[in-house]
Amino acid sequence: MKKILMPLGMVTVLALVPFVGVQYAGLDYLFGVLIPYLAAAVFLFGFVFRMADWLRRPVPYNITTTCGQEKSLDWIRPNKIESPSNPFFAAVRVLSEVLLFRSLFRNTRAELRKGPDLVYGSNKWLWLGGLVFHWSLLVIVLRHARFFFVMVPGLAEALDQYDSFFDITLPSFYVTDALALSAATFLFVRRVADAKMRLISLPTDYFPLFLIGGIVVVGVLMRYIAKVDVMAVKDQMLRLMSFSFDPPGEIGALFYVHLFLVCMLLLYFPFSKLVHMGAIFLSPTRAMVNNSREKMHVNPWRQPMKFRTYREYEDEFREKMKKAKLPVEKE
Amino acid sequence: MSKYVAKQADLIREMEEKPSTLKGDYAPREWWEMPVEFHEGNFCFPAKPEVIEDLGFANPRKWIATDDDWKLPDGWEKTLMDAMRERLKKYRSLKLYLDTCVRCGACADKCHFFLGTGDPKNMPVLRAELVRSVYRGDFPMVDKILKGFAGSRKLTREVLKEWYMYFYQCTECRRCSVFCPMGIDTAEITIMVREILQLVGLNNNWILAPVANCNRTGNHLGIEPHTFVQNIESLVDDIEELTGVSVNPTFNRKGAEILFITPSGDVFGDPGVYTMMGYLLLFEHIGLDYTISTYASEGGNFGFFTSNDMMRKINAKMYHEAERLGVKWILGGECGHMWRVVHQYMSTMNGPANFLEEPVSPITRTKFTNAKATKMVHIAEFTADLIRNNKLKLDPKRNNHLRTTFHDSCNVARGMGMFEEPRYVLGSVCNSFHEMPENTIREQTFCCGSGSGLNAEEYMEIRMKGGFPRANAVRHVREKHDVNALVTICAIDRASLPPLMRYWNPGVAVYGLHELVGNALVMDGEKKRTEDLREDPMTGFEEKEDDVD
Repeated sequence: MKKILMPLGMVTVLALVPFVGVQYAGLDYLFGVLIPYLAAAVFLFGFVFRMADWLRRPVPYNITTTCGQEKSLDWIRPNKIESPSNPFFAAVRVLSEVLLFRSLFRNTRAELRKGPDLVYGSNKWLWLGGLVFHWSLLVIVLRHARFFFVMVPGLAEALDQYDSFFDITLPSFYVTDALALSAATFLFVRRVADAKMRLISLPTDYFPLFLIGGIVVVGVLMRYIAKVDVMAVKDQMLRLMSFSFDPPGEIGALFYVHLFLVCMLLLYFPFSKLVHMGAIFLSPTRAMVNNSREKMHVNPWRQPMKFRTYREYEDEFREKMKKAKLPVEKE
Repeated sequence: MSKYVAKQADLIREMEEKPSTLKGDYAPREWWEMPVEFHEGNFCFPAKPEVIEDLGFANPRKWIATDDDWKLPDGWEKTLMDAMRERLKKYRSLKLYLDTCVRCGACADKCHFFLGTGDPKNMPVLRAELVRSVYRGDFPMVDKILKGFAGSRKLTREVLKEWYMYFYQCTECRRCSVFCPMGIDTAEITIMVREILQLVGLNNNWILAPVANCNRTGNHLGIEPHTFVQNIESLVDDIEELTGVSVNPTFNRKGAEILFITPSGDVFGDPGVYTMMGYLLLFEHIGLDYTISTYASEGGNFGFFTSNDMMRKINAKMYHEAERLGVKWILGGECGHMWRVVHQYMSTMNGPANFLEEPVSPITRTKFTNAKATKMVHIAEFTADLIRNNKLKLDPKRNNHLRTTFHDSCNVARGMGMFEEPRYVLGSVCNSFHEMPENTIREQTFCCGSGSGLNAEEYMEIRMKGGFPRANAVRHVREKHDVNALVTICAIDRASLPPLMRYWNPGVAVYGLHELVGNALVMDGEKKRTEDLREDPMTGFEEKEDDVD
C-alpha cells in the first residue's frame, strides 16, 4: 500500500502548495512566472541532455530483434517491417511502435490450467488503454496551443472542433478529457488488480499516473465547474511565450494548481521513466536494420585481439595430426 | 530420470497447487523482500579452478552456490560497479534498457522460466529490475530525499545471489523483447551481468569448460584432431552400411571451394550425429567441393555466454581458417546461438573478410546476396535453394514413419529472422508436418529451456520447468495430430529437447532438419533403403514388401 499512498500523498501535497500559496500568501508571481520558466527550462535541457546522453553512447553490434522473415532468397517473401532490410523500413517499424504500439498489439495473456496446460489468450486491453491514454494526452497538449499563440494554429483549432464534437455541455465537452481520465484509471486499476502488476509496480509508476490524472481533473474542474477567466489565462500564457517577467493578472487559484502540477510533470519528466518518449525512437532492437550479414556494422571501440592461431594449434597437435593423415603446414 | 528433478507427478502437483504469481496469487511481500534459495536442481556447478586458470579468468577456487561463503575477492562491490559503469559507456542498449522500462507488464508472462516456475523474479521486467534497482542507487540524491520512492538498493551479498541465480535463469532467448513496446531486450542485460560476474569468479562449468576446450582444441567437446577425424569417419562407415554409398569428406584441405563448419555436437552427440550424416549425404549428392576443419571445428560459441572478448576470440578461428585454406566462402550447419553470433556479430567482431568471395552456390549459381559481407551461408538457405532449383532427388515417403512438427530456435528466429527456409526444406522431405499453436512458434517461439549454456545435468529441475511451455506446445500437436518427431535446426536443441520430451512427452523424438534430408535423398548407386539414418525402420519400405516405387 505504501507504494500507492506515498505518490498519492505527494501529488496531493503538490496540488495544495500552489493553492495555499496563491490563495493565502499571494504568491502569484512565483507560481505564475518563475516556476513555469524554471520547469520549461529544466524540461527542455533535461530532455535534450538525456537524448544526447544516449546518442553519444555507441551501438557496437547489430542487435535487431527480428519478428518476421529476413530478406534472403529471391523467392522467399520477406517481412519488410518486422525484419527491415533497409533504413526506410526500420523507420516504418519504429513509427509503428510510436504511433500504433505495434508490439503491444501482439500481447497475450498466459494461463496455467489443470493438466498442467498453458493457454495463451489474446489480450489487447493494455494496447487499447495505452493507445487511448497517449493519443488523448497528445491531442490535449496540442489543443492547448490556443492558449499559447495570439492566432490559434489551424491544427489546434481543428482538434478543438473535433474534440468537442459532442456538444452536450457548456462550454462544450472534450472527448479526450474523458478518454484520458478513463485510460489513466484503467492503467491504475490494472496495476492493483493483477498479481503480477501489483508486484512489479513501484511508487515511480503510480506517481506520474496520479500527477497526470490530477492535471486533467483540475483542468476539467476549471473548465466546467469552478470556472476561471480564460482570457486572463491566455494573457498570462502569451506573456510567458514572449519571455516577459510581468506579473500575472487576476486568475483563480485553481489555475495555479493546474499550472503547478504541469510544471512538476515537466520537472520530473527528464529524470524518470517518462523519458521513454524519446527512448522509443532509439531502441536498437527496433531501430536497427536486419542486414548484418549483408553489410558490415562497425564497432567503434573494437581493439586488436589475440586468439589461438592455427599455427599454435598445429604446434600442439602436429604429431597426432600427421598420424591421422591430416595435412600440416610444417613437417 | 535425473536425480536433479522431481518425478513428473510431483512436479505437476507443485505447479498446480503451490500459489504463484503466474496463477494470480498475490505475493505477501515485495519482490526485494523475497529470499533467494539455492537447492539441488536450481543451480549449475561453478567452473573448476583449473578451467578458470586456463582461461585467465578471475578468482579460481572451489565453491558452490549453496555455500554460505562464496569466497569473493576483496572489493568485489567496487569491481562490479566499475564494470557496470564501463559497460554503460560502451553499450547504448544497456543504458537505454536500464533507463526506459515503464513496467507495463507486457513481458511478464512471456518468459518460459516464469511460465514454468511461477517465480516472479523470472518475469523479464523483474529480472532487469534486479540490476535496475542497483543502477538507480547509483544516483543517491533522489533516494535520500524520498526514501523508498525510486525503489533503489545497494549491491549486497543477497543481491549478488539474486544476480547469480536469475541471470542464469535466463537463456537470452529474447522472447520478451518481441512483446516489449520499447523493444527492451533482457538478453542484453543478461549478457552484461554474466560478463561482469566473471570478474568476481561467479560462473558456470557447463559454459566455461567448453570455452576452454574450444580455445585449445577448436571445439567445445575438446575433441583433438585425430579423434575428430575418426568420429566423422565412423559416420562415413555407418552411411555406407545403411545406404551402400561411400561419402568422402576431406579435412583441412587447402583449395576447397567451401569450408563447412557445424557445432561439434553434430560430430559427437546423439542425435546430432544423424544430422551430420545428413550433411555428408547431401554434399556427396551434389558433389560439393568442400572441406571440414579440425581447427575451426566448432560452429557454436559458448564465449557468447561468457564475455564479449571470449566470443570474439572463439569466433576469430572461422575467418582465420577460411583464409589459411583459401576457400571462397563458409557454409554453416544447423545451430541456434552460433547463428546469432554469425549473423549479428561476426563481421563486426572479426571482419571484414575480404579474402573470401561473395557466396554463390556452385550448384545453382544463386548468389547469396544477404550474406555478401559476412560470407557465411546457413545450410537451410543453401538446401532450400537446391530444392527450389530441383537439384536434389528426394523421396519424402522415406520419412513417412515420422509425423513432424518444427521448433523454431530462439536465436535463428529472433536474432536472424529465418522462418521459411527450414519449413520449405522440411515440407519437401516429409509428408506429415503440423505447426504447434501460433503463440509458440516463429518469432513467438519458446526456448528449449536449456539454451545459453544451461544444459547441465545438475540443472535439470529448472530445465524441465523452463522447457515446459515448449513441451506443452508439442503435447498439443502430439495429442491432436499424433506427432512423433520434433524437428529443429539447433544443436543445443538436439541435446536438450530429448530429455525434455522424455520427461513431458514420451514418444516424441528429436531430429535435425538435415537428418530428414539425409533420409529422403535418393543417392546414386544406393542400395535398397529400409531403415532411416538412426536405423529405425521406414514405413512402407519393409524388407519383404515389393518395391512400390
